Amino acid sequence: MTTTTDHGLAGHSPRLSQGLPETSRSRKKFTWNFALRILLLLIAAALVLGPVLWTLSTSLRSPSESFKLPPSFIPWNPDFTSYGEVFQQLNVFLLVLNSALVTGLIAVGQMVTAAMAGYAFAHLKFRGRGALFSIVLATMMVPVQVTIVPVFMLIRGMGLSDTLLALILPAIPTAFGTFLMRQYFMGLPAELAEAASIDGASPWRTFRSVYAPLAVPGMAIVGILAFNFHWNEFFRPLILTISEQNFTLPLGLVSLQGNLGTGSISVVLAGVVLSMIPARVVFMFGQRALQDGLTAGTGK
Amino acid sequence: MSTTTPPRERPRQTAGRAAPAKTPAGNGRRGQRWLAWIFLAPTILGMGLFTLIPIVASVILAFFRWDIISAPTFVGFDNFSEVVQDPTVRVSFLNTIIFVVVAVVLQLGIALALAVMVQEKMPDWLRVFFRSAFFFPLILSAASVSIFMRYLFNEQFGVVNWFLSLVGIPAVPWLTTPGGSATVVILVYVWQNFGFSFLLFIGGLASIPVETYEAASIDGATGWRKHLHVTLPLLSPTTLVASVMAIISALQVFDQPYVLTRGGPGDSTRTAVMVIFESAFQRLEFGQASAIGVLLTLIIMAITAAQFRLSKRFVFYQ
Repeated sequence: MTTTTDHGLAGHSPRLSQGLPETSRSRKKFTWNFALRILLLLIAAALVLGPVLWTLSTSLRSPSESFKLPPSFIPWNPDFTSYGEVFQQLNVFLLVLNSALVTGLIAVGQMVTAAMAGYAFAHLKFRGRGALFSIVLATMMVPVQVTIVPVFMLIRGMGLSDTLLALILPAIPTAFGTFLMRQYFMGLPAELAEAASIDGASPWRTFRSVYAPLAVPGMAIVGILAFNFHWNEFFRPLILTISEQNFTLPLGLVSLQGNLGTGSISVVLAGVVLSMIPARVVFMFGQRALQDGLTAGTGK
Repeated sequence: MSTTTPPRERPRQTAGRAAPAKTPAGNGRRGQRWLAWIFLAPTILGMGLFTLIPIVASVILAFFRWDIISAPTFVGFDNFSEVVQDPTVRVSFLNTIIFVVVAVVLQLGIALALAVMVQEKMPDWLRVFFRSAFFFPLILSAASVSIFMRYLFNEQFGVVNWFLSLVGIPAVPWLTTPGGSATVVILVYVWQNFGFSFLLFIGGLASIPVETYEAASIDGATGWRKHLHVTLPLLSPTTLVASVMAIISALQVFDQPYVLTRGGPGDSTRTAVMVIFESAFQRLEFGQASAIGVLLTLIIMAITAAQFRLSKRFVFYQ
């Protein structure tokens, strides 16, 4: 690995230092720094990916071998019995269905409502716009835990206790998503609206035919962020769901760990791996959009 | 349009072109206002119902004793004084503050160092690899991360102690001693979350113009000095955002200590949010839980306000 990186460096460093007066000295120093930097980054990457590799590899050991040291990081001869065991212990299909339903509906709900609210804040004129936007932003600071008791009671009052709707409805209005979509719409020129209105389009028509299609990438960011967050959410489901048929994946996993104690690591880890896959797939398709979304509005 | 707003230049501009199309009744200011309220309705109603009203309710509830079963009774500031004197609550707030300070410093420090290192010259595929690697833990759930980390930090058969034994360090009782558990909770939290700050810093670094570095190197700045005098000041707005977000999220830590240690041993990893959870949903003391929540919110608001005030002195905008 180090040889290839050195090679890559040797490939471009002469070109880089061509115009510089003290070629040999600066190149030597640069190389040393480069190697050290890559080494540190590789160590960091190993520390980050190591536990995940170990999890994957151990889930592919047989339950009886899961304790064995030295640890395995590469599954040489995979054994899928632990995965079979997970399906016996947990109703995996129901958990995945619940998680997908909850997460999917929240994501779609957030995309639609955030796009509408973001557009209103960015391009529509109405009284109290600034004040209202500040209130929306301020709600970002309020931790879920502080409002959970009244929300819990509200849910009970609405007759929604221990239903999936109890998880979905409160999560749809999104301050962060609204903020993100407002930024996104502000990046689109206001001249488009002027042009549309000269052509006689109503504000609704202007949104539907001109701005909404252009905002699809922004909405995708909101959706992916919502998916990632709520797929992994633990606190609200822990409180708002009671019966196992309404559990989402993280709850199911923790209960699996409780059922088995420390009996067989590989079964619990197989469950962990199964729960990672959908998030991983969404991430693969949305990586670029997600990274842009997380860094949006922070530069400068 | 032309009747509600008397534009001075507009008619002259459009005069040369075709006459402006007859605007439908819904167009113009009025139409915009209608559409705005329709568009805002779901968000505003939802936030009102599930955030704003609950905040007010939480504050009111903090002055009542209530277990859901019997009628609530007004107790004034009793909940607050009980909560403030409760040793468990005190310890959990102290734990939370220590956790926030250590975790946030580690998280921002690691993220900044790695972001600066990744941003310098290297082959593109390697840069993509590092970025994806550091981002990876963010897509995992804190619950599942805590589950596998529990095994990694196991005293007898955990991988961490196995690695330590290779360099001759005797087995560390990670999850059975107060200091050990607190360390594990911090490490696991930072492991999972530094990627978020890392991404923010990458975004911030990308917005620093290359010419600034060129100017600095013409002035003779190299290596560390370059980062100290150019990168850090120009990155300060990003650092502010990253630290505000990191602190707010660290103050709410729950999943990791709950799954890793259930707050123990003793109260060593009990956090503020965990105490809210326990007093509300295990002991059914909703008033006290609300009082703790109100105190936590006040602390978050005070810290955020202090940060923005401090930022006026230390943040430089280009």
